[in-house]
Amino acid sequence: MSALLASVSDQGFLSSSPIRTALAIGAAVAIVSGALGVFTVIRGQSFAGEALGDIGTTGGSAAYLLGVGPLWGFVAVSMLAAAAMELLGVQRARGRDLATGIVLGGGLGLAALFLYLDSTYHNAAGASVTILFGAIFSISSSTVPVVVALGLAVLAILVTIHRPLLLSSVAPEIASARGIPIRAVGAAYLLALALSVSLCAITIGAILSTALLIGPAAAALRLTTRPLRAIACAAGLGIAAVWGGVWLAYESYYWPPDQQGWPVSFFVVVLVFVIYLASGLPRIWSARAERRAARSVALSGGEA
Amino acid sequence: MSEPGAPSSPRHEEVLSLDGVGVRFGARQVLDDVSFRLAAGELTGLIGSNGAGKTTLLRVILGLQRPSAGRVLVDGRPLARRERRIGYVPQKFLLDPDVPMRARDLVALGLDAQRFGVSRPSKTKRELVQRMLEATGASGFADSRVGRLSGGEQQRVLIAHALISRPRLLLLDEPLANLDLRSAQETVGLLARIVREQQVAVLISAHEMNPLLPVMDRIVYLAAGRAASGRAEEVVSSEVLSRLYGQHVDVLNVHGRVLVVAGAGEEADHVSANGVHPPVEIVS
Repeated sequence: MSALLASVSDQGFLSSSPIRTALAIGAAVAIVSGALGVFTVIRGQSFAGEALGDIGTTGGSAAYLLGVGPLWGFVAVSMLAAAAMELLGVQRARGRDLATGIVLGGGLGLAALFLYLDSTYHNAAGASVTILFGAIFSISSSTVPVVVALGLAVLAILVTIHRPLLLSSVAPEIASARGIPIRAVGAAYLLALALSVSLCAITIGAILSTALLIGPAAAALRLTTRPLRAIACAAGLGIAAVWGGVWLAYESYYWPPDQQGWPVSFFVVVLVFVIYLASGLPRIWSARAERRAARSVALSGGEA
Repeated sequence: MSEPGAPSSPRHEEVLSLDGVGVRFGARQVLDDVSFRLAAGELTGLIGSNGAGKTTLLRVILGLQRPSAGRVLVDGRPLARRERRIGYVPQKFLLDPDVPMRARDLVALGLDAQRFGVSRPSKTKRELVQRMLEATGASGFADSRVGRLSGGEQQRVLIAHALISRPRLLLLDEPLANLDLRSAQETVGLLARIVREQQVAVLISAHEMNPLLPVMDRIVYLAAGRAASGRAEEVVSSEVLSRLYGQHVDVLNVHGRVLVVAGAGEEADHVSANGVHPPVEIVS
C-alpha cells in the first residue's frame, strides 16, 4: 500500500503528460459508461453494447484510411450501426439479438477489409492493435475536450430520459400502458449507447469496450438497491479500474520480460473482472451469516 | 346478450363505458359487440376462460389495441395518447431479481415515470409514496429490492405504483393466477378495500370467479368474444350463460362455490377431477 502511494505521488507518474491525459479521459469515460452500463444491464442489452463496440472497429479502421482521428470513426459507425439495429427491430426483445447479430456480422466484414487495407497500403501496421485493444497513452491531450463534450452529450440524453427509460426497461408493458413512447425512448438510449461505447473504444479498444460498459455496472447492481446509487457506484468502480490499470501499466515498464511496459487495456480488463468477482462477496458473507444465525437459533431452541 | 345496465346507484359516477366494441384479427372475431359500464367505487370481475378475449379487452380499454368497431369512453371522453387516467397491473409480471430498485422506488416511478428531465425530490412526494405503500400493505418491504419479493408482494407494489397517480380506473390482468390461496385471498381483500377507500373503478380479469364472488359488485362474463354484464346473481345463471355460450349450460352451487358446466354426463367427472379447489368449469 505504501509502495502504491509512493509511486503515485512520485514525480514521474503524475508529471507525465500522456499519463495525465489518460487519467482524465479514463475518468470521463468511466463515469459515462458506468451510468449507461447500469441501464444496459437492466435492459439485458449487453450484446448490443458488445456489438456496437465491435462494429466500431469498422469505423476506427476506416478513419485510418481517411486520415482522421479514430474516435470520429468509432462515433460515426457506432451511430450508424445503432440506427440500423433500431430499424431492424432491436426494440422487440425477441428480434433484438437477431438484429444485433446481423448488423454485427455485416460491420465486422467491412472491418476485416479496412484493417487489411490499413496495413497493406498505409503501412499502418500498429493500427489494428490500436483499434482493437486501444492505446490510451497515445491519445493527444487535445482530444480531452472532445471526449468530455461527447460524454456530456451522453449524460444529457440520460438525464432527459432516465425515468421513462427506467420504467420501460423494468416493466415495458406498464410503461406502454401509461403512454410512455417506449420505442423512441429505446432509440435515444441506443444512441447514447453508441456514443458511450465509442468513448470506451478509444480508451481500452473496440473489442474490450464492453468490459468497461458492463463490468462496473454489473458489480454495482449487486452492491446497491437504488438506481441512482447504482449509477454512482458503477462510475466509481469504473474510475478505479481505469486509474488502477493506468498505474499498473506505468509500473510495468520496470517489469520483465523486456521492460517495455504491458498493455494498459489488459490491466483495466483484469481489474474490472476482479471488481466483479469481489462484488459477489458481500452476498456470500451475508448468506453465510444467515446460515450461522439460523443454526445458533436452532441449537438454543433445542436446549430450551 | 350484452346488456349495458345502468350504474347500480346514482351516487356512483360512470368511469368507463364500452359500446359495441369489436376486435377482429384477420378472419378471427376476438371480441364481438361488447358493451358495459364501470362506475367509481365498484369492483368488477372480467371473467372468462383462457382465450375468451380478456387480455384483448383490457388492451382495448388501455388504448393499446384499436377496436375494429364500437367506442370506448373513459370519464366520458375517448382516451388520448399519453394519458394516465388508467392504472394497469399486467399479467404474470415478475421483475428481474437484480434490478437495483427498492419497492419504494418503483412506487415513486408511478408518479412521474412519463416525465422527461430532472425532478427535485420533495417531501410531499416521499410522503405520498409512503402513504400509498401503507394503503397497499407494502410498507413492510418498502426498502427491499423489488425483484426479490414474492409474487404477492410484488403485486402489492405494482398496485401501489398504479394507484399513486390517482387514476379513475384500475385494471388488473389475472392478478390471482400464480398466487397461493392465502396470497390470493389477501389480494382480493386488498382490492376490495382499495375500491372503497380510493373510489376508483376496479376491473379484475380472472378465469375463475369464485375467489372474487364475495367482493364483486358487477361481473362482465366473456365467452367466445361476447359478453354478458350485470350483477353477479343476474349474469351467472343458466339462462344468461346458455345464451352467451350458444348451448345449454348449467350453473351449480356446490358448498358456496359456483360451477359452470356444459350439459352433464362425461363432463361431471372432469369437474370432480379438479379436487379441493373446484374452479368454474367453462365448457364451450
